[in-house]
Amino acid sequence: MTVFTPFQSLLGGALIGLSAVLLMALHGHIAGMTRILTGVIPPVSADWKWRAAFLAGAIGAPLLIRLAGKDIEFNVPVPTLALVVGGFLVGVGVHFGGGCPSGHGICGIARLSPRSFVAVAAFMATAFVTVFVIRHVIGG
Amino acid sequence: MGKLVSAFVIGGLFGLGIAVSGMINPAKVLNFFDIAGTWDPSLVFVMGGGLAVAFVGYRLIFARRKRPVFESAFALPSKKDIDGQLVSGAALFGIGWGIAGFCPGGAIPALGLGRAETLIFVVAMIAGIAVARLARTRLARPAVT
Repeated sequence: MTVFTPFQSLLGGALIGLSAVLLMALHGHIAGMTRILTGVIPPVSADWKWRAAFLAGAIGAPLLIRLAGKDIEFNVPVPTLALVVGGFLVGVGVHFGGGCPSGHGICGIARLSPRSFVAVAAFMATAFVTVFVIRHVIGG
Repeated sequence: MGKLVSAFVIGGLFGLGIAVSGMINPAKVLNFFDIAGTWDPSLVFVMGGGLAVAFVGYRLIFARRKRPVFESAFALPSKKDIDGQLVSGAALFGIGWGIAGFCPGGAIPALGLGRAETLIFVVAMIAGIAVARLARTRLARPAVT
């Protein structure tokens, strides 16, 4: 069970949106985690430095919250095998699909990109089906 | 230097948003997809908040500025075609997302919580990206016989 958090989620979403707006205004880039991450995986892209700085900030923020003594709810309810298989599929899929929920879901849809609408519909649909099958067909 | 500090702070804002929104937590993400079970609709509110700010913010930027502060031009995705690669890639992504409960935007900030599960997912994901990148290069340039 996780608690429905409409206000925190709306606020957190707005912060992600603000991050996307600032990255565009200052650096001219889409705040898609996939696109940013891919540039630091060898062979790295020429502009890997700002990407590494962004990633360091993204990793640093939750670390800082924890160090400040605030708890962050975190629970991985799946076995290790699921992390390995799921992780690999996410990696392959995100490369061919050209983005993830932050890139397509927020930045792409905000730009009204038809590719992003299609991608979001596709990954949302298969995620719903996958969780249904795992939890209610196999695990039912 | 200013550019790197700026990217670091903006990345921090992203990580803060992921943590505050609850999307750092795979259990919460998976519950969004479990309408028939322990449904938690929070993800819709994250998307709503993010989209509202980005939709208005992007329009203000593109209306007022010809170029970003640190670069000479905006680097916007140029691809327009909706093809099998886009749809099958996104579909595969959704299956992986549903199996693991992590997506790239949630997993990278989650690394800051120092848990082995996150690292396992991220390593597998990077392997997937590397393999896909290799496969695409091979497909684009068939070996000369």
